[in-house]
Amino acid sequence: MADKDTSDLLISMRGINKAFPGVQALENVDFDLRYGEIHALMGGNGAGKSTLIKVLTGVERPDSGKILLLGKEVSVKSPQHAQSLGISTVYQEINLCPNLTVAENILIGREPMKWGSIHWKKLNTQAKEILLRILGIDIDVTRTLGSYSVAIQQMVAIARSLEIEFAKILILDEPTSSLSTHETEQLFGVMRKLKSEGVGIIFITHFIDQVYKISDRITVIRNGTLVGTFDTSTLSRMELITKMIGRSITVLDEMLKTKAETVKHIRGENVLQARELGQTGEIEPFDLDLHAGEVVGLAGLMGSGRTEAASLLFGLETPDSGSLTIAGKRVEKFSPNASIKRGLVLSPEDRKAAGIVDDLSVRENIILAMQAGQGWFKYISRQKQEEIADKYIHLLDIATPSADQIVKNLSGGNQQKVILARWLATNPQVLILDEPTRGIDVGTKAEIQKLVLSLAEDGKACIFISSELEEVMRCSHRIAVLCDRKKVAEYSGEVDQNVIMHSMAGEL
Amino acid sequence: MKQTKFSPSLRKITESKLFFPTLTLALILLFDLITVPNFFSIQIRNGNLYGSLIDIFRNASAVMLLSIGMTLVIATGGVDLSVGAVMAIAASVAALLMNPYVLATELPPHLMKLINDPQFTYQPLWIVIIVTLIVATICGLWNGLLVAYVRIQPMVATLILMIAGRGIAQLITNGVRIQIFYEPYAFIGQGWKILPFSLYLVAFVFVIAWIITRRTAIGLFIESVGINFRSSYFSGIDEKKIKLLAYSFCGLCAGIAGLVASSNIKTSDAYNIGMTLELDAILAVVIGGTVMGIGGRFSLLASLIGAVVIQAITTSMYAIGVQAFALQAIKGLVVIFVILLYSEQVRGFIRKLTVQKEAKP
Ligand SMILES: Nc1ncnc2c1ncn2[C@@H]1O[C@H](COP(=O)(O)OP(=O)(O)OP(=O)(O)O)[C@@H](O)[C@H]1O
Ligand SMILES: [Mg+2]
Repeated sequence: MADKDTSDLLISMRGINKAFPGVQALENVDFDLRYGEIHALMGGNGAGKSTLIKVLTGVERPDSGKILLLGKEVSVKSPQHAQSLGISTVYQEINLCPNLTVAENILIGREPMKWGSIHWKKLNTQAKEILLRILGIDIDVTRTLGSYSVAIQQMVAIARSLEIEFAKILILDEPTSSLSTHETEQLFGVMRKLKSEGVGIIFITHFIDQVYKISDRITVIRNGTLVGTFDTSTLSRMELITKMIGRSITVLDEMLKTKAETVKHIRGENVLQARELGQTGEIEPFDLDLHAGEVVGLAGLMGSGRTEAASLLFGLETPDSGSLTIAGKRVEKFSPNASIKRGLVLSPEDRKAAGIVDDLSVRENIILAMQAGQGWFKYISRQKQEEIADKYIHLLDIATPSADQIVKNLSGGNQQKVILARWLATNPQVLILDEPTRGIDVGTKAEIQKLVLSLAEDGKACIFISSELEEVMRCSHRIAVLCDRKKVAEYSGEVDQNVIMHSMAGEL
Repeated sequence: MKQTKFSPSLRKITESKLFFPTLTLALILLFDLITVPNFFSIQIRNGNLYGSLIDIFRNASAVMLLSIGMTLVIATGGVDLSVGAVMAIAASVAALLMNPYVLATELPPHLMKLINDPQFTYQPLWIVIIVTLIVATICGLWNGLLVAYVRIQPMVATLILMIAGRGIAQLITNGVRIQIFYEPYAFIGQGWKILPFSLYLVAFVFVIAWIITRRTAIGLFIESVGINFRSSYFSGIDEKKIKLLAYSFCGLCAGIAGLVASSNIKTSDAYNIGMTLELDAILAVVIGGTVMGIGGRFSLLASLIGAVVIQAITTSMYAIGVQAFALQAIKGLVVIFVILLYSEQVRGFIRKLTVQKEAKP
């Protein structure tokens, strides 16, 4: 391969090796990017996708191997350097400034100037226009980025990367992990346009459908080694999945079989009862019931109030109307700590800001909520901690060299699993899962969906939130639909996906 | 996932928080060994040990005490600028409790006599100590309330007491510098039982702090709150109470340091006791590898070594005849050195060295 002519390639990476303590993240990986192609980079959680991107963009230095840009060997020294070489990147973990406004984040470094100072008004109108044009969203760009949901933050990061002129190469590391169908379509439109202009795009995702919709070629890596590069048109989905997870596709089969309806479902007693529960400006008063052994899905578009509803139920916010009854007792004190003690937990959607404690170890992250529930003084012994951590590392197949690894060194999907483990470890009666499978690979996603249903079988109750409607439908016994911060409908039994989609759009 | 051999030895040592402070201390002591004759000689008198080395530790004891509390505060992502002032308040309270007659304008002769009686104390010593420490803890509690509940930035919140504290200390003694004649009180800072008594105090406070943080979940919670208070809150950690505890404990430590300092100079001097020691305490913690402004992982022992490092620099500079004003500049250099050591670049470089060594044994 090395002797092949590489002059028609935008990028050619050859024999890349990268080791971290305890992990060989990349082993002799080759990767090519052509002019005007959309190249999907696929692999399970911890396969080394993000690491390959980081090596290419100068965040990490490879231990060995070379990178050719337009046929010339380069050594990328830093992300800034990569940018000056024409590489624009959206990293998996959004690395914008939550304290700055949306407009500032989009145009930072390229602010329109007037008389030697920033022309604020123009900055804001420009940013607003960019967001509207690129992703078709219309939001208040003068609010701080941190006040928006992960989905908006992700779109801002995308808009920022697309606004960089002269970019020859665009890298998108899981840009769609919290986007809904509509925004994803918008993004794809922009990608196709860039592609027609000759820009090469590297696209990472765990959504198989999206890969088939948009990509020209697929490169699969597994455990840090290259499996191969294929034309999308010649590779079937089953083959792709087999190549990614390295075993046959029974998992996927199972995934398609496990549906809420097929699982034996005994509806137990009422464990959660919300009556006219609401908070002004966040979510209008709603009723919700949850029974033991039941999974209730929350469906809704971005900004429909799913996360807000979950926050109220978990006690992150204090409602200003209505009542909440958990396990027959009316809730007076709204706080996460009180909720955990009542056996109600929430796995938040924002993994980075509200989920992981990045400098703590995997073990400490896993036992954190359990310990908080037990208080300051009933310290879980080291041995017990290790047992619990090992149990969940095994159960959720968390890729880490040891339980003492610092959690920020894990791949994105594996961090997500650590958060799930944290909540499972508290042995809760009611689980609220806000985007629990965000960034998780196909194989594990099926495992997690199965896990949710088996928890219900064991008599737990679960509220399942996902921007992926199919997933909600597959896992839920009942679906509540939200639209414009209001609960608009509830469905149980066999429902048509279209009905729910209309109802999400507020058309019913 | 592919796993390479996880060879911990070399890396574990260099990544440990104890590594850099210990290395720095060793370098300073090595410097002393070469330049100062008899630096390491230790004499035994009346069964007690004396010598330059012991002096370093003894003189470091106030900063060591402060650094224990400061470590917890900095680990939560805050800082406490008021510890020096709280030392002064503690000293004033203690002095007043032992001898309130000093403040009287007119005294009958039988009481007048008591003023400089080395055996007289108005309140028994144990009450003096307990009340002083309660007052100091309340000072810390006040800081904690401002930071955790009123949500004022730690730097600003504790600046209030830093400025007001010395005034309060003056108010307590009515503007008088009270001399302390009570003999047993002097033992706190000057007593000797094989080793200086203040070192036993340091050891005691250290052990207590260690048990509180490492034998309960409090240490984990402090680190977690410092690293990401939002995630911690979501996980059910009562972030406010954790901060309140850290600042209160820091106040308590400052109180003990105030007792030691006032017993050393036998007065309640509001304008000298603990002056600028908050900076030394912060520096000690930073040398110990807890990151100021970010918090997170901490090591109490590393902070203690940091405190000793600062004192060792001072002592060795004096030993080779450096002037007091030059000393400040040298301390500044040490700060730069330490900050460089902890910078990502240097860290990455050292990491690389150790990784390569491990890869090719
Ligand atoms: N800074 C680091 N220190 C130690 N190990 C690391 C570091 N960064 C990544 N790793 C390890 O390298 C491996 C590859 O990680 P990478 O982030 O590239 O995975 P990924 O394919 O992007 O996975 P995901 O789909 O979950 O995002 C993982 O096992 C991860 O734990
Ligand atoms: Mg990744």
